[in-house]
Amino acid sequence: MDALDRAIINNLQGGFPVCDEPYREVAGRLGTSAEELMRRLDVLLENGTLSRFGPMYHAERLGGGLTLAAMQIPTDDFERVAEIVNAFPEVAHNYAREHALNMWFVLATETPERIDQVIAAIERDTGYTVHNMPKREEFFVGLRFEA
Amino acid sequence: MTGRMSAANRASDPDMSLAPQTARNQPPLAEADRRLLAAIQDGLPLVARPFAEIGARIGLAEAEVITRLEHLKQAGIIRRFGVVVRHHEVGYGANAMVVWDVPDEQVRELGRCLAEFDFITLCYRRPRHLPQWRYNLYCMIHGKSREDVHAHLEWMVNHCGLQSLPHEVLFSRRRFKQRGAAYFIEPPVAGEAREG
Repeated sequence: MDALDRAIINNLQGGFPVCDEPYREVAGRLGTSAEELMRRLDVLLENGTLSRFGPMYHAERLGGGLTLAAMQIPTDDFERVAEIVNAFPEVAHNYAREHALNMWFVLATETPERIDQVIAAIERDTGYTVHNMPKREEFFVGLRFEA
Repeated sequence: MTGRMSAANRASDPDMSLAPQTARNQPPLAEADRRLLAAIQDGLPLVARPFAEIGARIGLAEAEVITRLEHLKQAGIIRRFGVVVRHHEVGYGANAMVVWDVPDEQVRELGRCLAEFDFITLCYRRPRHLPQWRYNLYCMIHGKSREDVHAHLEWMVNHCGLQSLPHEVLFSRRRFKQRGAAYFIEPPVAGEAREG
């Protein structure tokens, strides 16, 4: 990753313009060409530095459901359960964490009602309880990783 | 993860921190907006005129795509456009979810205090699950190493006066999946079978 890659990442976490030729506009800011910017983005996505490039939606305003859920899975069954859980398209991400509750994942669904259905399906398919930890209140932070 | 918001967006969203998730009644999205949001949820095409290409896929003119996206941003339905960084890949190798057991009447004050730190990327109040889970305030700390995370935590504890509050630090051992939320899921055959 060189200086231009870092500049792209730091610059585009904040926002991407919505206009006819957005790459050209951003490239101008960064002192490069639209073609080079697109090529760099392609590489950063391809090599996994970026997980995505696009819009972040506001689940509740979209009418969708969003929650954090946790499970307690015995070590020797962890892989099997992780595979089942990750296969659900509603699971946005999933982390193994160091705690008795050792599997933590985020569910994002088209409707709020669907959260309970997916949780019930995960419980049925895995045989373990899912603890639903929905957001009650959000305290705002800036999200930025300096690359 | 959703629930993330840049500092720049904070001002346009002043009331969200008070609104429980279930309290909002949203007007249904226009059909064209749904198609548009579904078309871009996996990312923008890397072509000179990405919004023209998106429009071509769903039968909208470029100008209409841009107008609708501007509106969706103003309405806060799109929080932001941009890149989502895999923190491991840019050198933030340690991430911990720190959970606190905070008396209910102090949650808001402490949540706001924690959210001020730039190494905190998310801060939420969530329900307790007694007896197994006593914690009601969550924050995510990212650092370059575990030592880095612990140093941040110590700083926070002192700054916000959290010495007496029970808490736990849940480091992530492994990331299984990080693709961001997909809100428009075409029901696949396999999905229906699973639901059956």
